Amino acid sequence: MCDTCGCGDPDVVPIEIQDKILAGNDRQAAHNREHFASHGVLAVNLMGSPGAGKTAILEATARADRSLRLGALAGDLETDRDAQRLEAAGIKSVTINTISACHLDARLVHNALHDSGMEGHDILFIENVGNLVCPAVYDLGQQFNVVALSVTEGEDKPVKYPVMFRKADLVLITKVDLLPHLPGMSIEKIADSLARVMPDPRYIAVSAVSGEGVADWLKWLEERRRPAMVAAGHSHDHHHEHEHDHDHHHNH
Amino acid sequence: MHEYSIVQSLMNRVEAEAAARGATVVRALTLRIGELSGVEPVLLTMAFETFVEKTICEGATLSIVRIPVSWACPKCERPIVQGAFLQCPECSVPATLRSGDEIILERIEMEVPDV
Repeated sequence: MCDTCGCGDPDVVPIEIQDKILAGNDRQAAHNREHFASHGVLAVNLMGSPGAGKTAILEATARADRSLRLGALAGDLETDRDAQRLEAAGIKSVTINTISACHLDARLVHNALHDSGMEGHDILFIENVGNLVCPAVYDLGQQFNVVALSVTEGEDKPVKYPVMFRKADLVLITKVDLLPHLPGMSIEKIADSLARVMPDPRYIAVSAVSGEGVADWLKWLEERRRPAMVAAGHSHDHHHEHEHDHDHHHNH
Repeated sequence: MHEYSIVQSLMNRVEAEAAARGATVVRALTLRIGELSGVEPVLLTMAFETFVEKTICEGATLSIVRIPVSWACPKCERPIVQGAFLQCPECSVPATLRSGDEIILERIEMEVPDV
């Protein structure tokens, strides 16, 4: 019986739920993850501030290895500029305009994949909305989270935005070609900051301008792409010792 | 500000639960929100108050239990202070997050008329 006003009519029933508020998103993310796994696609959620160099590093990735079949979902509030840049670099891309939403969620990713019919990629990059806060809360079904952090943003960003950096499997420290112009900034300072928010801090210093670190980044991707393919039962030998001058065929 | 979409997910869940039990009014909600969850309780409360107008939750009280961040060594269980390097100084293994990332709907109190 109601014990607040004593009206005696409706019963106030306490119901224990103990469930994640984002359980619906997590279910959709699990579905996406199964889809990626069954297709042998390595899905990477790339996050970072606006202007951290997310698009530039993907362009550099495509330039550095023409044999990889790369796809991208580019999340932005407005415009399809990123997708256009990525397409020009040889990455099959689809824009997800979130209009006012500050992050991608698993359903937006799922719908974009369905609507575009994007398939047959070795790696799918999900370039999240530029934002160091909100995207960290939503699982998209990716296998790995990568955060781009440019040297111009300041070494304190990881400790200021720990939620995102804690979830990062890898941090790409971008624009390292600018380090000579930034007195007081160093990779060591950023690494110190990362070690206070990431239990297993891993980072690669990269520059889309000079190409520094891009080979290490490709190696990181390749090491994770192979298990993704094996799990899907794909056999696909990928040799990096030579340039490819032929089309790449997959054995399914 | 993603707190609005968190509230949207919360409302969907609460409305489904209320419908399933034939509830007419939701009186109170209790959430558990970790300090490392990325969800800000003040903003969440604001978003909730904006959203609940003319819904089954109008007038409901929202209680948010804050869960502090707790890191520990998975081997020796030594606590690792937040802000320190997240590695056990003894065992040299990465620390594990014991609590602090919760975004949980704990309890709903609703009025279910006598049948």
